[in-house]
Amino acid sequence: MVTQETPAGSGDQRTRYLKIENITKKFGEFVALQDISLDIYKGEFICFLGPSGCGKTTLLRAIAGLDIQTRGRIEQDGKDISNLPAAERNFGIVFQSYALFPNLTVSKNVGYGLVNQRMGKAAIGERVAELLDLVGLGDQGSKYPAQLSGGEQQRVALARALATSPGLLLLDEPLSALDAKVRVFLRQEIKSLHRRLGVTTIMVTHDQEEALTMADRIVVMNQGTIEQVGTPIEIYRNPMSPFVGNFVGTMNFLSGVVTGAASVRLGAMEFDCANGVGGLTEGQAVTVCLRPEEIAVRGVASGGANSFEVRISGLEFLGSFYRATLQAARLGDMEIIADFSINEVRDMTLDEGATIQIALPGEYIRIFAED
Amino acid sequence: MTEGVTTLSAVAPKARPILGRDDWIMRWGLLVLGVWLSVAVVLPLYTLLSKSLEDHGGRFIGLANFAEFFATPVLFHSIYNSLTIAIISTAITITLAFIYAYALTRSCMPGKAIFKGIAMVPILAPSLLPAISLVYLFGNQGMIKGVLMGETIYGPIGIVMGEVFWTFPHALIIIITALSMADARLYEVAESLGTSKLRTFFTVTLPGARYGVISACFVVFTLVITDFGVPKVIGGQYNVLATDVYKQVIGQQNFQMGAVVGMVLLVPAVLAFIADRIIQRKQVALISARAVPYHPKPKTRFDMAMMGFCCVVGFMILGIIAVDAFASFIQLWPYNLTLTLYNYDFDLRDGGGWASYRNSIVMASYTAVIGTVIIFAGAYLVEKIRGFTVIRSLVQFMCIIPLAVPGLVLGLAYIFFFNHPANPLEFVYGTMAILVICTVTHFYTVSHLTATTALKQMDPEFEAVSMSLKVPFYKTFWRVTVPVCVPAILDISIYLFVNAMTTVSAVVFIYSADTTLASVAVLNMDDAGEVASAAAMGMMIVVTSAGVRALHALLTRGIARTSQAWRVR
Repeated sequence: MVTQETPAGSGDQRTRYLKIENITKKFGEFVALQDISLDIYKGEFICFLGPSGCGKTTLLRAIAGLDIQTRGRIEQDGKDISNLPAAERNFGIVFQSYALFPNLTVSKNVGYGLVNQRMGKAAIGERVAELLDLVGLGDQGSKYPAQLSGGEQQRVALARALATSPGLLLLDEPLSALDAKVRVFLRQEIKSLHRRLGVTTIMVTHDQEEALTMADRIVVMNQGTIEQVGTPIEIYRNPMSPFVGNFVGTMNFLSGVVTGAASVRLGAMEFDCANGVGGLTEGQAVTVCLRPEEIAVRGVASGGANSFEVRISGLEFLGSFYRATLQAARLGDMEIIADFSINEVRDMTLDEGATIQIALPGEYIRIFAED
Repeated sequence: MTEGVTTLSAVAPKARPILGRDDWIMRWGLLVLGVWLSVAVVLPLYTLLSKSLEDHGGRFIGLANFAEFFATPVLFHSIYNSLTIAIISTAITITLAFIYAYALTRSCMPGKAIFKGIAMVPILAPSLLPAISLVYLFGNQGMIKGVLMGETIYGPIGIVMGEVFWTFPHALIIIITALSMADARLYEVAESLGTSKLRTFFTVTLPGARYGVISACFVVFTLVITDFGVPKVIGGQYNVLATDVYKQVIGQQNFQMGAVVGMVLLVPAVLAFIADRIIQRKQVALISARAVPYHPKPKTRFDMAMMGFCCVVGFMILGIIAVDAFASFIQLWPYNLTLTLYNYDFDLRDGGGWASYRNSIVMASYTAVIGTVIIFAGAYLVEKIRGFTVIRSLVQFMCIIPLAVPGLVLGLAYIFFFNHPANPLEFVYGTMAILVICTVTHFYTVSHLTATTALKQMDPEFEAVSMSLKVPFYKTFWRVTVPVCVPAILDISIYLFVNAMTTVSAVVFIYSADTTLASVAVLNMDDAGEVASAAAMGMMIVVTSAGVRALHALLTRGIARTSQAWRVR
């Protein structure tokens, strides 16, 4: 059901690291994951993205063996780990709550898993120092977690998870408990850490911006199923379902009807859509999707392709751009949301109540059958 | 999706999780705990039940014993007496405790810490002690018997007074907790709307504390109806269920009828327990995480009135203890008032002498150490085990049962179970071991809940992190869980120790000549007319419990200091 797009340009030469096959997880009668299949390649940074309750954390915990799936197989590095207890799998994990041991110093926390590997004291000390340097906390080793800020604590948790050099790093909403500024900073930190170490990483998040900026590939999940897998650009540019379009970024959803192989009717107007109508038959009711920022206003001539006259019924200042609500008699009750840049608004003196010409660029229109 | 068809693969293999070493150890541990609780709680209670359905020869006779019980007016009347005493005592205790708690939480009176400390004193004493003091105060030769205006203290009046003293701190703790959970914003709103103080009290304060008060009612009711120390000493001819059990078993050796009365006594205790559980469950949603704590503002007249009330109550509590202390140092009240240590020469008297005091210390220490280990480790297993849901729920239920079982009933059940010739565990009968097992079990639930609360406050992902780092759970338990939970662990051990020192009800049936206990000695010396020595032994218990409490306070403070670098308040 899901088209799996391998990372652009990498194709088949990538080695598969994690193979998830038909995973179903039930909690009593509730189906948390329904028949999930997914391949993850070595060294990838994957984000599970979705609203709360979509099953992303459940999938992560199944991969970790913390809550083993009801049905299905998981293979890691060619080895079937479907039924293995967490302690016999190969991963490091970081939680939203950090889960640092409060009574142990930062160094003891980071070295916690090393003590069990029969390493000498000196070797452990060296490795701990190396890890603390890696996360930029070289001089904080003797402090207790409570004496550090949230961001620093999360970096300690990261160092602890990486200490035993696991083949897979699992991050469960690692940034959600942090302030906005710290979050942006740690986003880059984690990303550069990943670039340096190349460890296969899965991060669970409900924050689309986090997923878009950090992931090599995003797995968008909804109600226990995968909606789409793809690079951030693919997910944003070519959402494969209205849900993805709506969850990642903002999207106009307009009800229309197919009128030809590459045209739809919205209200009393017909529009060309360069991408075709996806094999839908004429007369089929469809949802027409278009991102607000794709709506053209500059240099749109009356009578041009897909152009028509609208009235600006609302204009909201959002800092770096304006969000306009547009109405047109020929669209009926439907409203269109458009994002106009500051200079567009200034140059064209766009204002509430003004009547302007806009165009819906056919190549950015996406069409989905109405359910 | 637009393309492709969803293939719900019924063929996907069902996961059959392999158990890791941690899982095996935890499951075995939980099973052992389950067996332990079966032996310590379930099987004895079952034996008690079957005993109540047997005749003297051990033949099953159905409900004939119960029929006899309800047909014997003397026995049947005890139900009425027990309920009367319990209801009156509960009403008085809750009223006093509520005002006292209100003063401690909602006024700005000075000396709150001292008043709170004084209110806790009764917990350090066996319930026999207030009864003995009351005899000295209001008995036939009482110091101020005139106050009763001709009424006798030996009967309901004495029992109620003793029970109020003894149950006061239990009610106070619960109501203080309920009153301190107030949300200041509600009071600010009430004030901004011009609501009168009285109306605010009835519309904000009382509803907020409602569940706590109800819970305290059940606790006090159960304590009173199952207490045996007070009515034993001061009840006179006024029979209650608790003394009936004792009389049937110890006095008349009628074990079957004892079992029946025990079962009857179990009914109100279990009902109160169930009702309280239901109410506790409702309470959860009451307090929101965003509540702003209420801070009282000084109001001179109100604060002084509150302080006056606390002074009166505090004076009475200390007075009861002081009378007992005084009596223990008097040669022969009221004829010879010279001070003496003669009454502390326990070896001259029946009841086990100083050996019983030493036994009590040993028993309390074992109970504190062994009990804390079993209860804390048990609570950890119940809380942290993965899967194994049926056994887990079963064990969890067994951990809660002891709260509903009165001490007398438990002790009686232990006689029937452990003294049974067919029981391979019969060898523990009459030893220190059975006293320890019985006492740990008697006070299991409260300690278990304390441990569970502490464990729930820890990050639930510690275990997941340990697993990912391949560290066995028991290492994390030892290196992290135990150190973090030290305050709770100390609380549990001190609770067990003090209760083991003061308890009479459960152990009175199962001590032997070699394992007499201080609290039982108080009872026996009082029975034998050595009231001054009973008072003296009572004082020994109070002083010991107080000393251990003080030690606990010091330890807690020391730990707070050494761990302040990492302990977040």
